[in-house]
Amino acid sequence: MSFNETTIKNISKLARLKFPADQEEKFTEDINSILNWVEELKEVNVDGIEPLISVSLQEPWMRKDEVTTGDLQQELLMNAPDAVHGFYAVPKMVE
Amino acid sequence: MTTNLTDLHISEALSLLDKKEISSVELTKAHLEEMEKARFLNAYITETPELALTQAEQSDKKRASGEKIGRLEGIPIANKDLYCTKGVKTTAASKILSNFVPPYESTVTQNLKDAGTIMLGKVNTDQFAMGGSTMTSYYGVTKNPWADENGEYTLVPGGSSGGSAAAVSAGLCMGATGSDTGGSIRQPASFCGITGIKPTYGRCSRYGIVAFASSLDQAGPMARSVEDCALLLREMAGYDAKDSTVVNKAVPDFTAALTGDIKGKKIGIPKEYRSKDLNPEIAQAWDKGIEMLKNAGAEIIEISLPHTKYALPVYYIVACAEASSNLARYDGVRYTTRVDGNSLDEMYENTRSDGFGPEVIRRILLGTFVLSAGFYDAYYTRAQRVRRLIYNDFIEAFKQVDAILAPAAPTTALSYEAMQNMSPVDTYLGDVFTTPASLAGVPSLALPITIAKNGLPIGLQVIGKHFDENTVFQVSGVLESLAGFDKKPHHVKG
Amino acid sequence: MTYTIKGKTGDWEIVVGLEVHCQIISNSKVFSGASAKFGASANANVSFVDAAFPGMLPVVNEKCIEQCVKTGMGLNAVINKYSRFDRKNYFYADLPQGYQISQLYYPIVGEGYIEVTTDDGTKRIGVERLHLEQDAAKSIHDMSPNKSYIDLNRSGVGLMEIVSKPDIRTPQEAGEYLRQLRAIVRALETCDGNMDEGSMRCDVNISVRPVGSSELRQRVEVKNVNSVRFVMQAIEIEAQRQVDLYEDGKTFSQETRLFDSVNLETRPMRSKENANDYRYFPDPDLLPVILTDEHIENIRQNLPELPEAKKKRYIEVLGLPAYDAGILVSDKETSLYFETASEGQDAKKVANWVMGDLFAYLNKSGLSISESPVSAKNLGALIGLISDGTISGKIAKEVFEIMTETGKDPATIVEEKGLKQVSDTGAIEALISDILNANQDKVAEINAGKDKLKGWFVGQIMKASQGKVNPALANQLLDKKLSEQ
Repeated sequence: MSFNETTIKNISKLARLKFPADQEEKFTEDINSILNWVEELKEVNVDGIEPLISVSLQEPWMRKDEVTTGDLQQELLMNAPDAVHGFYAVPKMVE
Repeated sequence: MTTNLTDLHISEALSLLDKKEISSVELTKAHLEEMEKARFLNAYITETPELALTQAEQSDKKRASGEKIGRLEGIPIANKDLYCTKGVKTTAASKILSNFVPPYESTVTQNLKDAGTIMLGKVNTDQFAMGGSTMTSYYGVTKNPWADENGEYTLVPGGSSGGSAAAVSAGLCMGATGSDTGGSIRQPASFCGITGIKPTYGRCSRYGIVAFASSLDQAGPMARSVEDCALLLREMAGYDAKDSTVVNKAVPDFTAALTGDIKGKKIGIPKEYRSKDLNPEIAQAWDKGIEMLKNAGAEIIEISLPHTKYALPVYYIVACAEASSNLARYDGVRYTTRVDGNSLDEMYENTRSDGFGPEVIRRILLGTFVLSAGFYDAYYTRAQRVRRLIYNDFIEAFKQVDAILAPAAPTTALSYEAMQNMSPVDTYLGDVFTTPASLAGVPSLALPITIAKNGLPIGLQVIGKHFDENTVFQVSGVLESLAGFDKKPHHVKG
Repeated sequence: MTYTIKGKTGDWEIVVGLEVHCQIISNSKVFSGASAKFGASANANVSFVDAAFPGMLPVVNEKCIEQCVKTGMGLNAVINKYSRFDRKNYFYADLPQGYQISQLYYPIVGEGYIEVTTDDGTKRIGVERLHLEQDAAKSIHDMSPNKSYIDLNRSGVGLMEIVSKPDIRTPQEAGEYLRQLRAIVRALETCDGNMDEGSMRCDVNISVRPVGSSELRQRVEVKNVNSVRFVMQAIEIEAQRQVDLYEDGKTFSQETRLFDSVNLETRPMRSKENANDYRYFPDPDLLPVILTDEHIENIRQNLPELPEAKKKRYIEVLGLPAYDAGILVSDKETSLYFETASEGQDAKKVANWVMGDLFAYLNKSGLSISESPVSAKNLGALIGLISDGTISGKIAKEVFEIMTETGKDPATIVEEKGLKQVSDTGAIEALISDILNANQDKVAEINAGKDKLKGWFVGQIMKASQGKVNPALANQLLDKKLSEQ
């Protein structure tokens, strides 16, 4: 089992998710069955094959260095669960 | 007026509007009434009747004044609730975005607005487009307007663009935007007996569409005819300086490709799609489609896409990896719901665990895992390498043929009871025919061909070369007219 | 003068590498059209892309790419024609996307070096790479007792991360590396290099090993050390801490620490206690950056003269001592001032004035060279007045002082104050005669061979003329008069 109870603890910590023990067990089981299923990729010979990152056929291009937007405080903050003095507010962070 | 306004195709409505036989307000009202009657289908998450009527009135005035009008002036449509719409709540069918009102408009929906369309509302989808049934929506499942053998509405519309498919099928809009990451336009189109196209990756801008898997997500239209899809796609597509991956290429008038003539066209039939456990009725429908094309003068060629069987696992690794990163921004700070905590991390965990449904969490966990130290090469990099092999399969095949014909889904619409009892992997298998084209980025259109013994529609898909939507439309148009599919869902027949 | 730490068990040497973050000078941010300016009101320079709203996508800014290429050229580094962006995934309140767009696998600039001169001589410190990434937002912790506030203005500003090889062996080398790097980015105008404002930030990787060993031991990263002096101090203090631990038979883990410049110690960073797994992967929203030879050449052609080349020119063409040249090229304003002042003047004399009187004055008044009331042109003119004999060096100091007070040009001051040197030989000769007559005893001593006394007479002449006599002329006429006696 590549995905065990330790793995799910680490992975859910990395993804900032947490759930009760019974759910943790269920997710571990689900993910294991998915990982077993994707095992079949191991049979493919991928020697010398470059990973395919994007299928976009657009030639790479760049934007001109122009300021095109700004002063959006109201629009930015109107959906915020907590905003004070034009800032987003979050629980106090240390360091 | 004897015409049922909610039965019209977009092309028909446009001509009636032109001739002033109907108004956009009439057309819009007819749809709003139908939406009200069909609330039990749960196709819409948000209805915007007032906005729609205002838009329709303005549209009628514009048309009357002789001003320059859009090519889809006055046509009422629905938008998948994954498209950010300025001032109109956009939830991605999630709890975490349940209060989100975007201060901006997605490029695709803006393009449709500019073309004169009227927005009736935002339709349901699987949460963050993750699923094939709309069952993962925080706002409840959408019912397929096609009833089961007992005449009950117990079937899923497919997904993730299930709300779009159901609304189009049931006459709750004339067309709708969908989005397709691994089959999310084509599979629900097939389940609901309508037409939908996932265009080439890079044909439509992704700006303002809630991201699921950036290298796969592609916007596309869903409607009741091939021509309507061609009309909608022409407006949706096009270059956009806000999306680095969209292609700077002129958008053709796709309806011009609907010549009805495919003599001499070479159509590929991929042998790997015909496995021994292929549902016999799906196989028959496929054969029927092949026969039609042959009769229309096309040359049928058996082709091989050797890495087909690996598409699904590759898809789930790549899509979940990208999703795990794309969904990190939903953190309780700027626009999502928030569940407080004693520390920043606790707030993150509380917010995200509360705001995401189980399928979304499952995919984030899987995606986080396949990118994590020690597993990245074995899973993610390997999947990206196999993805290239799948891509190359299509490139090779298209050296021999102009288009490919294949089933769109392995089954007809399933009941939500059946789906509830399926394991995640079993539900993923529903994307078996659609993920290869998504991974390769090639265009693919699904359209209804026939009715199965259970009374439900079966769809096929026509896959084309990159940026050759024209051939896809051309072949699909011929299939459509030869299939003569004119069955209506039970809800519409009444 | 290599740097060693004397321990109980023997001598230790330090192995240090620097990771320097330089904020790129550009109008707009690296992936959005919001202004990259510093100092706006909270969240004013923020686009929906910077705030990571749903469906927002990055589009790369050409200027930021060019700034990286320029800087790479300044670092004598390989410019990579193919580079790509990766996502570095982690959660923090200053990171709205939940990932930072960076370049792990294919950075835009590869290996290069910076030449540093210390008491040990000149040495090349290797540069491992330069990559482009997004800056983070700012968190404000002191405005509320139970909340932190987030301002996204800095979120998404272009950042160059320049990673050195672990080639640094003394704190002085680290300081010089930083100074050189700062001079390079300033000369190229790719970063303003202001460490106190945070537009240039330094992380220091430190390990120690017994002298003579070539092993690489456990290293500690000291984060956000924000001045050259602190970097040098942090290295000394952290290296000593490690030596003490080793000698006490203790081990320590690879960790991130903070430098406390008040208590002069390093201490662990609490918030980073969990080793992060960043899950880097190629960003599917962005295409690779492909640079053509033509584009690279075009940037190279428009490159301003770099400090190293400039220094070489000052030494070889202008004949300045290496030390002077080094100081004059250390920042762009100084070299620009020097070059303006030198036009048509003796460069060595100008260098002496700039590094002497001017620097002394600026230091005293707390002004930067660009704020100097004495313009470069006026300083040049002042030196011109000395060279053509209009005023003496002594008078020039007086004029300079008036220039610092009034900003006036020296010719006007000389005119107004009547400070012109007396060059009427008749008048001077008369003056000399008077002095000689009044001091016949001293004349006798000179005649007896006590030549040194001539200097005393020159002093008397200058005093009597209130400094207005050209000293060379005074000497010449004194000799003439003495011979006539």
